[in-house]
Amino acid sequence: MKIIAASAHQKGAEGQKIIELPNDADPMALDLAGVTRIDLHFPKFSDGRAFSQARLLRGRLKFTGEIRATGDVLIDQLVQMARCGFDVAVLREGVDRDDAQRQFDRFSAFYQGDVLQPQPHFARAA
Amino acid sequence: MYQYTAFDHQFIQLRAQQFRDQLERWQAGKLGEDEFKPLRLQNGWYVQRYAPMLRVAVPYGELSSQQLRVLARVAREYDQPDAALLAEAQATQEKLGDIPLHDGRRIGTKLKYGYGHFTTRTNVQFNWIPLSKAADVMDLLATVNLHGIQTSGNCIRNINSDALAGIAEDEIADPRPFCEILRQWSTLHPEFAFLPRKFKISINGAREDRAALGWYDVGLQLVKNDAGELGFKVRVGGGMGRTPTISPVLREFLPWNQLMNYLEAVIRVYNRYGRRDNSWKARIKILVKAEGQAYIDQVDEEFRQIVEVEGGPHTITQAELDRVTACFQEPALDLRPSDAEAETLALLRTASDEDSEFGRWMHRNVLPHRQPQLRAVVLSFKRLGYAPGDATADQMDAAAELADRFSAGELRVTHEQNLVLPWVRRDQLPALYKAARALGLAKPNIGLLTDMIACPGGDFCSLANARSLPIAEAITERYQDLDELFDLGEIDLHISGCINSCGHHHSGHIGILGVDKDGKEWYQITLGGADGSHLSGPASPGKIIGPSFSAAEVPGVIEALLTTYRALRQQLPDQSQGPKYEHFIDTVRRVGIDPFKAAANAVRLPSTALSA
Repeated sequence: MKIIAASAHQKGAEGQKIIELPNDADPMALDLAGVTRIDLHFPKFSDGRAFSQARLLRGRLKFTGEIRATGDVLIDQLVQMARCGFDVAVLREGVDRDDAQRQFDRFSAFYQGDVLQPQPHFARAA
Repeated sequence: MYQYTAFDHQFIQLRAQQFRDQLERWQAGKLGEDEFKPLRLQNGWYVQRYAPMLRVAVPYGELSSQQLRVLARVAREYDQPDAALLAEAQATQEKLGDIPLHDGRRIGTKLKYGYGHFTTRTNVQFNWIPLSKAADVMDLLATVNLHGIQTSGNCIRNINSDALAGIAEDEIADPRPFCEILRQWSTLHPEFAFLPRKFKISINGAREDRAALGWYDVGLQLVKNDAGELGFKVRVGGGMGRTPTISPVLREFLPWNQLMNYLEAVIRVYNRYGRRDNSWKARIKILVKAEGQAYIDQVDEEFRQIVEVEGGPHTITQAELDRVTACFQEPALDLRPSDAEAETLALLRTASDEDSEFGRWMHRNVLPHRQPQLRAVVLSFKRLGYAPGDATADQMDAAAELADRFSAGELRVTHEQNLVLPWVRRDQLPALYKAARALGLAKPNIGLLTDMIACPGGDFCSLANARSLPIAEAITERYQDLDELFDLGEIDLHISGCINSCGHHHSGHIGILGVDKDGKEWYQITLGGADGSHLSGPASPGKIIGPSFSAAEVPGVIEALLTTYRALRQQLPDQSQGPKYEHFIDTVRRVGIDPFKAAANAVRLPSTALSA
């Protein structure tokens, strides 16, 4: 997962097709043709609607462009974001990247399937 | 009980390591208070009135003696406030006042430490561990596969079940493998860690609902269809709190292998559309009520897409069910041959002759078992001098010892805040009785009035409006006479210190709810609530019997309610074993709450007495 600082987060250049999707919008209703990036929003880190949006975009609609996490994004949510289909997260200034990386290195596997590994652990172990 | 795999064990250790990392970043100022809060909550760490509280998960209530010994060690070594903190807390609590008893004695707060508290959702709580030692405690717990994963926070919480799961004689199927499969599926679920509100699942495998299914966000009843196939009757949208709601049935029959696919749909729709603007309206019950059929249609469509579009990757295979089922090893018990029956009966008769309470204990605390040579035995943690469900470090060690001697090293935490020994040989009941009695854990009151449920209330919890424990103690003091308790019969008395309903007051035949009026402790009384068990009848919330009562009035009100019951109860036709009466709950249902309300109002104190 790519982590970018808030200052490096751009709305996107001319001609790029980017969707900024509010977290109460239905991703299933989107026209994804030509879309290169979808920004999903966390108004508060405790509002987890964008996890389901990302999961549906990546897992159900097979969107292959970038899914970017914006808003109130915490280091300790990055792994679950990646597992739901986010590939870029915008972190606020001053966050220690080593702290973030350590979270990715910890668990080598999880019980349930996700968009990175759709099969649950039991199905892979068998 | 479940044998943890190397993967399971390592996972819990890594979680403890992750928590240490988070704690250290918080201590170093790298994580703000607000950012650390959900992380500690999802590991079971609250900050309460005077100190942090740790809630340790006991998945579906199953506990080994080895795990209980580690919980004892946590109580002994870590649940220890410093003297100044304790003194300050005690002094503050004393200002709340005492509850007078009818004999002139008074009950006040007596803060204790060095113990664990069993909760209605089969967790174990500690009240005095400083956060600075939190990571050490989690490491220690992880050595025996214990943890606080998702015991708090707006996520899928510890899975609950029947305390007699896998040993009950009325079981359709053993729910424990499904509990474990759901434990694994819900653990660190990436999509469902920040739901609108907490999410609780309960599974029952018996004909009797002993898992309060109607009261849960999701209640799963194992059933067989006409073809004899196993599946679940799925209820969604129950809950207590400000809006007590019994869940509707969403599916009469869901094939067992679709369990996770279907729950994924249920929770995804909730995560997307559940209210987040008001935490009192954020539980799934509100969404289900507001949307009705539209919610059900959405879930059905989402479920269809999970299965048809994505291929249902979480479909449970027969191989996986078999693997998990095999992890629940049947203990190797040295069962006596059936020709020892006469000898066993003689042993039980002798025990009965030696101690008149043995018969009562056999009647109340010893439960049937699917294996005729075995029994399940309830150790009563409802006794004078201790809050309901509290166990000191020594008592936990002693209970672990009983489990090793009499129950293949296994225990269960019950919804009613007691411990069950699930594998006791019938011929060993007298020896177990003696040992348990010596420990003060053989009170023959299971199912009776003093086997009450109570939350920690305003003595510990920062959410509470009023104290639960002095009320519980006052009622326990008053009803020590076993003849009287037995005469009153089976009564569910549930006490919550606030509307969050941790003491499940809504489902009590008698419910007591702490409310705050002008900064003073008041209590609302409800009658006729039911958890869904055979005795209680279909799950339903109790009815309020009028304006709330002061703390000083509550013991008298309870007594008035019980006296009214005795005056109004009907004799049952079967008198072969002496006079038998309808249960308290049946009288309430038959005559309604009015006579009880009148009796309660009659013992209200004059306002002068209140300020005394």
